[in-house]
This record gives sequence, C-alpha cells and structure tokens, in this order.
Amino acid sequence: MFKYPDERGRFGAYGGRFVPETLMIALEELEREYQKALNDPAFIQEFQQYLREYAGRPSLLYRADRLTRYLGGPRIYLKREDLNHTGSHKINNALGQALLAVRMGKSRVIAETGAGQHGVATATVAAHFGLSCVVYMGAADVARQALNVFRMRLLGAEVRSVTSGSQTLKDATNEAMRDWVTAVNDTHYIIGSVVGPHPFPRLVRDFQRVIGDELREQILRVEKRLPDYLVACVGGGSNSMGLFYPFLADREVRLIGVEAAGRGIETGKHAAALSKGRRGVLHGSMSYLLQDEDGQVLEAHSVSAGLDYPGVGPEHSFFKDQGRATYTAVTDEEALEAFTLLSRTEGIIPALESAHALAWVVQNISQFEKDQVVVLNLSGRGDKDVQQVAALRGGGELNAH
Amino acid sequence: MRIKTAFQTLKDRQEAGLIAYLSAGDPDLKTTGLLVERLAENGVDLIELGVPFSDPVADGPVIQRASQRALQAGTNLLKILDLVAQLRAKGVSLPILLMSYYNPILRQGLVTATELLATAGVDGLIVPDLPLEESMELRERLRQKELSLIYLLAPTSSTVRVRKIAQQAQGFIYCVSLTGVTGERDQLPEELPHFLQRVSRETTLPLAVGFGLSRPEQMPLIASLADAAVVGSAFVSLIEQNPEDPITPVCNLAASLKEGLGRVRGEG
Repeated sequence: MFKYPDERGRFGAYGGRFVPETLMIALEELEREYQKALNDPAFIQEFQQYLREYAGRPSLLYRADRLTRYLGGPRIYLKREDLNHTGSHKINNALGQALLAVRMGKSRVIAETGAGQHGVATATVAAHFGLSCVVYMGAADVARQALNVFRMRLLGAEVRSVTSGSQTLKDATNEAMRDWVTAVNDTHYIIGSVVGPHPFPRLVRDFQRVIGDELREQILRVEKRLPDYLVACVGGGSNSMGLFYPFLADREVRLIGVEAAGRGIETGKHAAALSKGRRGVLHGSMSYLLQDEDGQVLEAHSVSAGLDYPGVGPEHSFFKDQGRATYTAVTDEEALEAFTLLSRTEGIIPALESAHALAWVVQNISQFEKDQVVVLNLSGRGDKDVQQVAALRGGGELNAH
Repeated sequence: MRIKTAFQTLKDRQEAGLIAYLSAGDPDLKTTGLLVERLAENGVDLIELGVPFSDPVADGPVIQRASQRALQAGTNLLKILDLVAQLRAKGVSLPILLMSYYNPILRQGLVTATELLATAGVDGLIVPDLPLEESMELRERLRQKELSLIYLLAPTSSTVRVRKIAQQAQGFIYCVSLTGVTGERDQLPEELPHFLQRVSRETTLPLAVGFGLSRPEQMPLIASLADAAVVGSAFVSLIEQNPEDPITPVCNLAASLKEGLGRVRGEG
C-alpha cells in the first residue's frame, strides 16, 4: 500500500493525469520540484518549522470524557486540528504548497474553496509569503460562508464568486483550472484536497500525514496502544487521508471515512461519491464519481460546503476497493445534531464537516466496547457555520434544547 | 480516410482548410444537422461536433453556455451519433470529428464507444482532457476501427513532448494557439509562428490551429503558417445571438473565413 502512486500517478486503477496538454508541463515541473524538495533537508526542516511556529503544531489530542460519558461509549479522543492557525487542517497543505510555489519562482497562487477553510489557509500563506492570491468559490458557498469570505478579503486575497453550474466546490474547481490553464507560467494552483491530477493527490497526502504521525505518538503515550478506530469526514478526503495514511500497515486499526448523505442517500440529494458513485474522470483524475448514465457529473448536496463535492480523492477509491478503509455516510440532520452535541457536552463547536464524523460515532455507539479507543479527527472549528446553523435551526429551537 | 483525403484535396488546391466547431445540440440537434449540411456547402472542410459536458474545464464562457443549453435540450453522445449517421445517410461526406471530454466516452466503455463512433460514420475524436500518457488504450481501439485520435499541442508543450506526441499523432495535429481556454481573442499570440515552427519540425502531418480564432482578417496568417484553422466560439456565439435563424449568419461567417484561407499558402 505504500508503493502508491506508481510512476504514472496511479493508485491501482485510480488517479492519473487527465488535464489539457497546456498543463502537462506544469505538472511535470511540480513533480520534479517536489521530488527535489523531498530530498532537500532544508526544505523539510523549513516545512516542519512553519508547522510548529506558524500553524501551532502539534495539534492537541484531547480525551473527550464528557462526550464519552454522555454517549456511554468507548473512549473518544479528538484530534484538535481546529486549534491550528486559521482553524482547520487546511493550513498544513497550504504551507507545504506555498513553500513549493516559492521554490518554483511562482509569484501568484490560486485556490478553490468550498467551506472557505482552504481559501482562508491559502490567503493566509499568500499574505505571509508575499504572493498574489485569487480564490474561487461557488456563489452558493459565498452566501453560506460569509465569515470566511470576509477573512480571505481581509488577508488580501481576491475572492471570485463562481456562478456556473451548482455554484459550489465543483464549479469553483472548474474555474480554478481554467485560470491555471491561462496563467500557468507564473501561477501555482494550491489544490486543497487529495484530488486533482498527479502529483497533487500524493503531495497533499504527504503534507497532511502530519496529523496521523502526531496522533501515533500521542496515543501511544496516553493509551500505550494504537486506537481501534480512526474516524474522519470525507469530501475530497484530505483530513481523513492525513489521519489514515500513517496507520495503513496497522491492520488492527479500523479506518472509517464518513461522507455526506445530505438529505438522505435514497433521495439522490447527497455527496456520497464512494458509497454511490461510479468510476469516472473529473478534475484531472480517475476516481469514484457521482454521474449519470451519460457521464455527466451530478450536483452534490450537503449542508456542509466542504463536503459538497461529487468526486473524491483517488487514493480513497483505491482503499475502498482494497477494503482497507470503510466508507459510510450520515445525513445533514445527523450532522447538525452532532454539531450541537459536541458544543453542549464539551464546549467545542466543530465544523459541520467534522460533525459528520462524530455523527457516525453517535449512530454506531452500540457497536463499540467500552474500553475501545476511538479517535475522531476534529478537522475544523465551527465558527464559520454558526450563522448557517442559526438560519437552519432558528435561535428558538437551539435555546429550547 | 476522409481526414487524409480532405487535407490532400486542400493541398492540391493550395488552400488552407476551415474546421468549424459546433456545440452539438445547441439549440437542438435538428439545427446542428442543418448547420452541418449548409456549412459543408459554404467552405467548411471539416466539422467538429462538441459533445456537451457538465464540467468543460478547457472551455471559455461561450462554449460553456452552449454546453449547458445542449444538455438542457437533452443532448447526449448517443443522440449525436444518431445525427451523424443520418447526415452520412443523406450523403454528407466531409470529415466529422467529435470533441468530447473523456468522461462521456469512458462512461460508455471504450470498446462500445469506439464501435458506436465507427458505425455512425465519425472520422476522429478530440479529447481535450486526455493527454498522450493516458490515451494509449483509446488510441489503439480507435485505430482498429480506422478512426483517428487527434492530439493537441500547446505553446507550453516542451520540445520533448512535441516530439513524443508528433510520433503518435494521427490525421492531423491540433495546435492550441494560446495558453488558455477556448474563446475569441482580439489578437493572435506573437509566439504563434515560433510555436508552429517547433511543431512542423517534428511532423509531416497537417497542422490545424485553434483557440482564439474568430475573424476573417486573421485567416491569411494562419494559412501562411498551418494547414487549417479551427473556429468555434465565433460560430457558437452567432448561434446564441440568433437562435431563431442561425444558419444565415453562421454560413456568412464561414464563407468569409474561407475566403481568407484560400490560395494563399506559400504566398503569404
């Protein structure tokens, strides 16, 4: 499992490089520069220093005793990626790719964003490294994630609202790819998840694996053993990949990826590419994909802008077929309940994305033994979602709880 | 065979070719069929029919909108192939290429898709998101049916890539004039002659230039540098502006573009 991707950028049947010819040169350059950077101790050291001193790593591993008692369940730990600078795991990848962009002499970076977490992380590193920055965001997401739009603009990035298609993450990614095709000579595209053409899925995985690497050390220190379950939400799949990857060889550790079932899998209004998709090509790689019988990509649906995407990272597709990870889905409603639950029991407001992972634990609580150890990746904080949840729930209902 | 014959005829006549791109099914397939028949009579040498796709990342706004309209009208690959078969039955003999993103082809399965293309009378396939490295299986399947997979080269293609792609290319090579997406531009890029020289050094196949071309006055330069011009967004735009009767303005544009391509090669 560690020999992937192969030299063609494939994870088994998945991955690859399905892009216009114009971009091939940029992908070849990126692959070459990344390989060089990996062999350069100064690069690795600088990346680690930024993670420590700028992002605030290592992120804490917190034992959620109140939540555990409330659920009467296993010992639940939260990997607190929400405490990173900018409020999510996205900063890990943004820092790594910004350092690469600087090495490659690029003066401009672009990004796509759904919930805005990756956009904020990219705008942040662009400000720090003095790069000009454009973030593409679906118009529907601009409306539901207004706080993050403001943050990006404050950081000096230009936020371009994308009005085509479903006006969400998929369409923002299309527009970012069009920008890259046009401005490839001076621009690096900081893709925010383990998606896109090779080498992006590998590169983003490598920059995110710090989550799982830290966790291994932390859990061994407190539990003297590895966890029974690792649980994370999956949109494109970068926080889950970062958590899972260092544990691939530890077969006793069960890996659970939780997709967005939106209004319910049976309604067709969901974002569960791994659960309900078929093999296809979108945004540069072969992977599971929500599509119709003509090969048109379907619009995804999720209350969580960060999971509202019809595709998924190719390595997750590979894990699914290999049976190394299990993928499942929870609904908007279940995620919203988990959002409130964590806020009330632990005083931690999770991102709606991360709330999906917790919702799976709640849903399956009767299956766990009390002495089992479950680690949830709390991939981001929920400040950005408060306004949207208030609009959905109404202040009254929240108070009456 | 039709592609080869078409370029040979052009060469004999000392003309450069006009390749017209239409988004199939915009505003409906019946209109697309009529347009193809009339364009064949008005100077167009090869036709490229765009298969609409939900996520056309290599296209600018004009073709994006046309794709959306075509999808809303219920257009899909199978219906486009029906149209091609009908046109062939009526005796339309110019080469017809399909331009499709990879997923609609992949969804049919490469074996089935290739069979269907051949049966319908399609001559070649252009897949803007399928670079050489990912294309070998499709290329081989098409070759077995005597269909061409048309490769694209871009100004950013390195010399090594130009050579590799030229070695594998069939029919003609589609040279993307600029670094960007499809759509009309005010000026041709300054580096275009240099780019086309880099390509022609590596191949004896005809070169077609596309992306950004829209005006008759751009045609003589293209004719002096290459074997054909591909014009897309300008036609699609006229169809968008004249949904009731697109045929007259589209044919007028084709005729004046072709005028700029005729009998100038070697004189320019």
